Amino acid sequence: MLDNNQLLRFTTAGSVDDGKSTLIGRLLYDSKSIFEDQLAAIENTSKQKGHEGVDLALFTDGLRDEREQGITIDVAYRYFTTPKRKFIIADTPGHIQYTRNMVTGASTANAAIILVDARHGVIEQTKRHAFIASLLQIPHILVCINKMDLVDFDEGAYNKVITQFEEFSSKLLVQDIRFIPISALLGDNVVNRSENMAWYLGAPLLHTLETLHISSDINKVDARFPVQTVLRPQSESYRDYRGYAGRISSGMFRTGDEVVVLPSGFTSKIKSLDTFNGELEEAFAPMSISMTLEDDIDISRGDMIVRANNQPEANQDVEVMLCWLHNNPAKPRAKYTIRHTSNEQKAMIKEVVYKIDINTLHRNTEDLKLGMNDICKVRLRTTKPLMIDPYRENRITGSVILIDDATNETVAAGMIV
Amino acid sequence: MSKYFLNYLDELESEAMYVMREVWAQFDNPVILFSGGKDSIVVTHLAKKAFFPSKIPFALMHVDTGHNFPETIKFRDDLIRDLGVRLIVGSVQESIDLGRVAEEKGKNATRNALQITTLLDAIAEHKVDCAIGGGRRDEEKARAKERFFSHRDDFGQWDPKNQRPELWNLFNGKHFEGEHFRAFPISNWTEMDVWNYIDRENIEIPSLYFAHEREVVWRNNSWIPNSEFLLLEESEKIQRKKIRFRTLGDITITGGIESEADTVEKIAQEVSAMRQTERGNRSDDKRSETAMEDRKKQGYF
Repeated sequence: MLDNNQLLRFTTAGSVDDGKSTLIGRLLYDSKSIFEDQLAAIENTSKQKGHEGVDLALFTDGLRDEREQGITIDVAYRYFTTPKRKFIIADTPGHIQYTRNMVTGASTANAAIILVDARHGVIEQTKRHAFIASLLQIPHILVCINKMDLVDFDEGAYNKVITQFEEFSSKLLVQDIRFIPISALLGDNVVNRSENMAWYLGAPLLHTLETLHISSDINKVDARFPVQTVLRPQSESYRDYRGYAGRISSGMFRTGDEVVVLPSGFTSKIKSLDTFNGELEEAFAPMSISMTLEDDIDISRGDMIVRANNQPEANQDVEVMLCWLHNNPAKPRAKYTIRHTSNEQKAMIKEVVYKIDINTLHRNTEDLKLGMNDICKVRLRTTKPLMIDPYRENRITGSVILIDDATNETVAAGMIV
Repeated sequence: MSKYFLNYLDELESEAMYVMREVWAQFDNPVILFSGGKDSIVVTHLAKKAFFPSKIPFALMHVDTGHNFPETIKFRDDLIRDLGVRLIVGSVQESIDLGRVAEEKGKNATRNALQITTLLDAIAEHKVDCAIGGGRRDEEKARAKERFFSHRDDFGQWDPKNQRPELWNLFNGKHFEGEHFRAFPISNWTEMDVWNYIDRENIEIPSLYFAHEREVVWRNNSWIPNSEFLLLEESEKIQRKKIRFRTLGDITITGGIESEADTVEKIAQEVSAMRQTERGNRSDDKRSETAMEDRKKQGYF
């Protein structure tokens, strides 16, 4: 692979019938990412199940329970590489009862593939997937209008879906939406251009994934460096070394930059940006580095180093869109542990403002109970201020999780409004 | 294109370093599970980079089946000396001698499953609360659903249906006394990524990965190395072949492939043209469709 090849993470959401597994199987198969022993195993199972030919959907079969039930329950990660890019697929289930898994898969994605059955057009599930993609601020949405073979590759059916989708998506905050007519089963416009749809002038799916402009997906403006741990080597040559280790969340830092340490507010200058391979003049997201400062300041895990002229907001009252992930519903006014970057505090859900019906986007102010898979706007109060950015500007410094201290389980994920 | 982006290997490296630093910050007594295989060697190299200029703050833990390639043990001891870190060895032979486990019988007997008990005993004895492994999600279908931070209950068991959701890069390593975590910094790497990285970083690996002449026997579609532990069937005969190993496990179950690749670059080329998965040569995974899932639930690596 070439040195400048990038990594693209995308998510797929879909249910049993809309051909999601077939599409992934097709991408892996046509990009030659499936090995002979895997293929042999699938051919065997296809025969046992009495399928004609190789059932590509079987490539994505997972755990024992899932194989028995024939559905994806958890997020499964799959990998393939082309000469242009490395891809990570977060393969998630599409049913409403698995909203939490879709949200999980979407949290790190650069792109979302939303499958629409050309025969049925935009349905409730499509809207749900589009809403989750916009809520999690996935920068690129690729709407794949699948099963075009079952509507005689008709351009009208394709255009109808676009109209339906755009009508709905105008209410969402999405930067980049594209529409691709495909047949995952036959391979049309997945890897290879379809001969059956000469009227479609855009690129096939794989080519689109290979060329999406993703360098701007990371916030390059707001320099944020949450400290994970402090490095103090016990060796002669680094006697007074005090390095702040972390991964840059966004933006960039240069040696000599004036920085401020939050929450203390002390200021200093960057002395060095260190890596195992030597010092850097400048470092940018998402690099993992060790930073040293000119002044001796007390800094520890949970602190954030930012540029003096561009600071996040410090606030104890935080408004978030909260997705509940656990079987036990939220306890009103109970205390949870909140994790935001490397910082950990206690937080209380002070108020539930409204619950969103994720099929209609309707805001419900009557039923404010927060149970598994519910998405609500809430007001949190934390014991100490968090250094926050709005999620739509920064996916790293704009996100939080809640942990229930009684069980240690992660119970909710939040996007700061 | 702007110069302010990372290529895929740099991004994977940065992610792995981030995971390792989270482990250090969130746990009291983490170790690296070290098998002597390329994945655990890469994890150790990444730990070196994550904590530079400090030395690696973890001990290395090796579960010794007693059925080792001698080359692996020498490699391990040299590495430990170079890094100046502590080595913890859990011995399967000791578990057998203590009656904790019973040796399998027959031609295809292995100590693979016995390692689970030894591993969990060593984790308990040394009060390890997080064991960092070189597991990758592309290896096997049960591993495709593994988290970066993966919870194990106080029996050391994995419950794949009840995993904590893992969003963004916010890892939750909170646990009760007696429970532990497994952390997988190279979850998102493929076999190809590992080889490209070894090549780029000039990482030293055991000679077993390079093509070499060896006494072998043809069994279960791969070349099983001759050793004092090998039981021959009448129809089987020892031959000399130029082979190399794609993965390193127990000497009794790790099959080699015929190869001429004697440099990392040639191996990377060979792997990219390969049409079989690397675990296709591991008889431990061939026992059933869900062999890996079943072992992982019990506490396997």
